[in-house]
Amino acid sequence: MKKTYQTHFNELRVTVVSIILLPFCLAAQDKGAKSSDSNTINTCVECHETLEMMPEGYSAGDIHQKSGISCSGCHGGDPTNYDKDESMSKKAGYIGLPKRQDIPAFCGRCHSHIDFMRTFRPRIATDQVDQYYQSVHGKKLAQGDKNVAECASCHSSHAIMPADDPRSTTHALNIPKTCKQCHSNGKLMDQYGIPHDQYDKYAASVHGKALLEKKDTGVATCNDCHGNHAATPPDAESVSNICGTCHLNNMNLFKSSQMAADFDIHSCQECHGNHDIQKPTDQMLNTASNEEAICLECHTAGDEGASTANTMYQDIQGVDSLYALAKTKLTASKTSGMNFSEIDYQIQQTRQNLIQMRTLIHSFDTSQVNAKSVEGIKIAREAIHLADLEIQEYHNRRWGFGVSVIALVILALAVYLKIRERNELVKNSR
Amino acid sequence: MTKLGRRDFVNYLLGFGSISALAAIAYPIGRFLVPPPIREAEPNSLKVGTLDDFPVNSSKIIRFGRTPVILIRDGEENMRALTATCTHLDCIVQFSSERQQIICACHNGVYDLTGKNISGPPPKPLSEFSVKVIDKEIIISQNRA
Amino acid sequence: MSSFFDSKVFNWLDERLDLAPVKELVNHKKVPVHHHTVWYYMGGVTLFLFLIQVFSGILLLMYYRPGENSAYESLQFITSKVYFGWLIRNVHAWSANLMVFFAFIHMFSVFFTRAYKKPRELTWVTGFLLLVLAMGFGFSGYLLPWNELAFFATKVGTDIAGVVPFIGEKIKIILRGGDDVTGATLSRFFGIHVAILPAITTIILGIHLLFVLRQGMSEPEVFEELPEKKKKYIHFFPDFVLRDALLWLNVLIVVLALAVFFPWDLGLKADPLASAPVGIRPEWYFMFMFQSLKFLPPHILFFEGETLGVLFFGAVGALWMLIPFVKFRKEAVSNAKILTYFGLGSLIFILGMTIFGYLV
Repeated sequence: MKKTYQTHFNELRVTVVSIILLPFCLAAQDKGAKSSDSNTINTCVECHETLEMMPEGYSAGDIHQKSGISCSGCHGGDPTNYDKDESMSKKAGYIGLPKRQDIPAFCGRCHSHIDFMRTFRPRIATDQVDQYYQSVHGKKLAQGDKNVAECASCHSSHAIMPADDPRSTTHALNIPKTCKQCHSNGKLMDQYGIPHDQYDKYAASVHGKALLEKKDTGVATCNDCHGNHAATPPDAESVSNICGTCHLNNMNLFKSSQMAADFDIHSCQECHGNHDIQKPTDQMLNTASNEEAICLECHTAGDEGASTANTMYQDIQGVDSLYALAKTKLTASKTSGMNFSEIDYQIQQTRQNLIQMRTLIHSFDTSQVNAKSVEGIKIAREAIHLADLEIQEYHNRRWGFGVSVIALVILALAVYLKIRERNELVKNSR
Repeated sequence: MTKLGRRDFVNYLLGFGSISALAAIAYPIGRFLVPPPIREAEPNSLKVGTLDDFPVNSSKIIRFGRTPVILIRDGEENMRALTATCTHLDCIVQFSSERQQIICACHNGVYDLTGKNISGPPPKPLSEFSVKVIDKEIIISQNRA
Repeated sequence: MSSFFDSKVFNWLDERLDLAPVKELVNHKKVPVHHHTVWYYMGGVTLFLFLIQVFSGILLLMYYRPGENSAYESLQFITSKVYFGWLIRNVHAWSANLMVFFAFIHMFSVFFTRAYKKPRELTWVTGFLLLVLAMGFGFSGYLLPWNELAFFATKVGTDIAGVVPFIGEKIKIILRGGDDVTGATLSRFFGIHVAILPAITTIILGIHLLFVLRQGMSEPEVFEELPEKKKKYIHFFPDFVLRDALLWLNVLIVVLALAVFFPWDLGLKADPLASAPVGIRPEWYFMFMFQSLKFLPPHILFFEGETLGVLFFGAVGALWMLIPFVKFRKEAVSNAKILTYFGLGSLIFILGMTIFGYLV
């Protein structure tokens, strides 16, 4: 990447600040080690607690706190001295509250030094500050914008935890909320002319529902598409790559399709949207009878593209309707206490078939979709046939029961008549 | 009807009733004793073919009871069998011979050849079946402790 | 019947075996007719259900394969693949429950009509043993499908055996075939269910029936006091037998209907490592014991509550078995009264605890 003046400046800035602050950093490590060894006094906490001046959102679970880097590790000063003028003096290395613009460097004086960071986590990355200045947030901060997110905006100040800790503001489940703090703020976003409905849209999307309702951490959240420290909106070219990190087949099929080659369509979002991606439905392809079919946004009903979509739609529907029928029959045979494992297996197969068809449509090749459809219809029919047999058997059992009861009742009746006959005999003999 | 006729009728009914009731009981028992042609529903082990059916570096989805199982031959002597349904959203996984991994194309979930989930959304590993090769014949069975 | 006694076959047999006693029994055995005649049928129904158990059990043996990895699977096979397998299995399960039910009714009817009095003391004792055996059949058979519910019910049930002082732990280990309920327990229970219990039951049932035939039907006190002329009887052959047959046929229809319309779930396969599912219950005829043990406080004086409970049930069971020999009072009348109250109390306790167990 071509380095701009801005990035040069940033690098310089980081380097200078780091060099100045490095001794503190090492001292902090030293002190940290000391304080965790022997429960030495921490005058910062002692005074701030009694004065009820502990920082907002302070958590003892903070990773720095837990690694022995206490207040002074970041803020400087002498935590062994009870005299507040002395302990919080320049002489004791007291920094206090960093200016917003200095925060990346403030964190970077440790986090940008691999030798130091490695002593805590051997595999940790140390390029966050560099990356940050590549991001829109970082660039704006460097320009003097005081609204944009810096490290603490996302990681919090005093409850910083690794991203795999569910309490962390950067845990997958919490990311949308973290970004939302600023990006749902209309007043703030209007200043930059960007929308502020992303969170609401995301929360209603298929990804958002999976993450927020089903707590599926495998699903895409803000940073999966926008990046972490180098957060930038992805451009059209890269979107299909981003979606393709999970939706691999769809991406590959689409990229090699005529659609991608002939037209200048590169991004998934043209059909699926971005923040508000919904679970795609077959109706998106139904150009024949659904005016809202997504294909009709460019195609007109009846043209070649629209009829391709419709052919694929019909093929999918053919399997889907049989799939639905097979499922109701499965439930029927299940609830009537019949054997259903065979049917269940076939239905699973049909479902796989549907998934494959719905993936194959991204090739816009009707023959591929059709081949799968033929296969799927065959399996679904087999499932329905098996279910019918089971339901038939269910009725057969009742019929069989009826017939055998008739036989038993005839016998019972005969016995009853015999008893009566004997009774009369006894009566007559008296 | 005369008295005698009525007595005969009752006796005939008794005979007929006995025979039909006996038949109603004997028929199901007779059918029960004839073994059904289909093998058992949930097998413990299953013969899936011979080594010659599976070239090295190939895989096949086979059916084990009602579970689809992916059988992989990743080496001359190496056969593995794992449940073929992805632990994320139940898609059927596939074997990638170049990467020597198992991948799920639905959301790019990746498992290693022991079934451990190593990348992507799958939350759990695939469970393993044991595979034995006896006289070139491949037998897979439930892996139970 | 008389025609049979004139037949050549009978004569042929008679010449060799001297069937005079049989002839005597068939021709002269009589059953008294009174308000309580209906209770005479309960033992017969229990016997009929036992016969169904024997036949359906033998049939199930054709396909059942004991073992941790095959029991559940073979049952699945029986109920889903074998022709009429579902029917045989459900008949076996339903008839088992009905058998225990009728055995209880039979026992209480005998108790309250005081039919256990001299000379029928031993008939009562063998009858009680048969009930215990029936419950043993139920307990051991419950585990055989090797499903989740059975697995945990057996765990709990054998645990209860373990609280008996001194020998409890040994009994538990012997029952389980180890420290825990495993495949070894299944093998054991299978053996108990299809070999040990049937052998013992055959002997005791044989004795029980022999006594009944030998002694004839017991006549209630009210009936005994009637003047000889007013005593009504019917012939055992064929009149009582015909009535028996009529009832048995109806019972068979009910068993079939239950099997067809209310099949038993197979449930999930037992997983020894899984946590216990909610709502594990013993079979209904163990419910009153299970429920009362749950009510006991953990400690009563110096004893564990449960131990005391188990000992209590053991003692009451023994007393119940020896009822014909128990004399609370010298005078027969007041002794009988006390026994009736004791029986009523037990019945109400059993019913109450069973209902409570299902409501809670």
